[in-house]
Amino acid sequence: MDINSLYSELIMEHSVNSPYKKELSHPSCSSLGHNPNCGDEIKLEATIENGIIQDMAFFGHGCAISQSSTSIMIDLLKGKTTQEAKEIIEIFISMIKREKLTSEQKKRLKNALAFENVSNMPSRAKCATLSWHTLENLLNSLQ
Amino acid sequence: MYNFQKDFPLIKSGKTVYLDSGATSQKPKCVLDEEYSFYKSFNANPHRGTYYLSEKATEKYNHARHTVAKFINAKFDEEIIFTKNATEAINLVAYSYGLENINNQDKVVISIMEHHSNLVPWQKVCKTKKAKLEYLYLNQNLQIEDSELEKIDSNTKIVAITMLSNVIGDRPNLEKIINKAHSVGAIVLVDGTQAACHIQIDVQKLDADFLVFSGHKMYAPLGIGVLYGKKNLLENMTPFLMGGDMIEYVNEQSTTFAPLPNKFEAGTQNIAGAVALEKAIEYISSIGYDTIQKVEKEVFDYAITKLKQLPYVDLYVSPNSTSVISFNIKNIHPHDVSTFLASDNICVRSGNHCAQPLLKFLNLDSTCRITFAIYSTKNDIDKLIDSLNKIYGKFKKYIG
Repeated sequence: MDINSLYSELIMEHSVNSPYKKELSHPSCSSLGHNPNCGDEIKLEATIENGIIQDMAFFGHGCAISQSSTSIMIDLLKGKTTQEAKEIIEIFISMIKREKLTSEQKKRLKNALAFENVSNMPSRAKCATLSWHTLENLLNSLQ
Repeated sequence: MYNFQKDFPLIKSGKTVYLDSGATSQKPKCVLDEEYSFYKSFNANPHRGTYYLSEKATEKYNHARHTVAKFINAKFDEEIIFTKNATEAINLVAYSYGLENINNQDKVVISIMEHHSNLVPWQKVCKTKKAKLEYLYLNQNLQIEDSELEKIDSNTKIVAITMLSNVIGDRPNLEKIINKAHSVGAIVLVDGTQAACHIQIDVQKLDADFLVFSGHKMYAPLGIGVLYGKKNLLENMTPFLMGGDMIEYVNEQSTTFAPLPNKFEAGTQNIAGAVALEKAIEYISSIGYDTIQKVEKEVFDYAITKLKQLPYVDLYVSPNSTSVISFNIKNIHPHDVSTFLASDNICVRSGNHCAQPLLKFLNLDSTCRITFAIYSTKNDIDKLIDSLNKIYGKFKKYIG
């Protein structure tokens, strides 16, 4: 695999210039994600009203893959219902686990499909899924 | 001109630039052959059979122990306990010595640069016995000042210290530390895991009470490690793991234990590993530590010079390091750096190197780390530098 197909323009841009890397003024909930292997830490904040993710942001530190994955995830899931978000998270994690996706599932991932190549790099899979698992835990804790 | 690369099947093809020997070294062919030959011609369970193979396996295992004892200048063969690695050896001491001899109000002193394997077991001992775990910190030069040794006081029962840091390469002044510890009646465990393939270890000269190392970081296979302990200490310790071959009499409700070293070697041991470790020791001895250090220092100095020429690189290296360099590219995460290096077949470690308290102390989340062995070359460093330049070139436009 060509390394540049993973570190694409989209991923690089999101990793350094994310519009979502900030603190929300009045988040309704938040969750911490940590990868003990590399020390990456992110805090996800969200404003969830009537079952809809109205706003979401993050801060913390990590590699380009974990930072961009978080940013692209927020971009994709903002405005979605928590149920839709959970479904999309499940599809994303399946993709990283190298499970075959239907074209319908791929469509739902939009820009997050950029991480498909991470599935070929077992040592980096955790970087890509850190924020997705963190959001999954957050959404499950709301029930 | 030396050519140690030819001794290592995985290195000699030149396809892989292996700069992660601190994680595990590559293995020379003579060690691989020795392990194969044990299984091919001598495989049997030692200490049990009355037949030729078992007797031969026992003899080879004992001989390996003798070679290890000579290698680190132990007084008695039975002061050498085979374990699966240094981690198990430290846990053995923590459980069998630490839990028995540490009490409320006592202190265990370790350095901030310890690997988790020489840190977490002591945390456990101190928590269990309500004792205090105290750290020797580093100065700006990444070294332990003499004044830090004041922490080793009359409450101190154990000092556990590395011989060579796996992150910054520091080699603390063990003579001073051990003298100080002994002057207050504390015993000292030396973690020789990183040191064993670079520095001559002499347990009698050091006057170390316990010393541990892993075979796999010194050209031997995975799964064999060594605990050295002074005979009188080991004799007075309770066994760590219970089972076959470590007993004398077993009754329904009670057991008496075998003498050293069997007391600490429960169950069938890794005989092939011990025999291969003996071969690795012979390999090291055939080269000699003077040559090893000369070869590695040359590559190390070259790497430092080259890395210092890159304005975008930060180095984290103790002044007395000769085999370990931690570094970061400014504003690029070490995991991204190591992934790009990997795409050029350059193997380096990135992360916290099993030393989270040290990284926190240095105010770092993670670093890239390169570590050397006898097969490391300046050519490896040239390839590393080329690749680093390429990575920086790619990231430059994004990070400004």
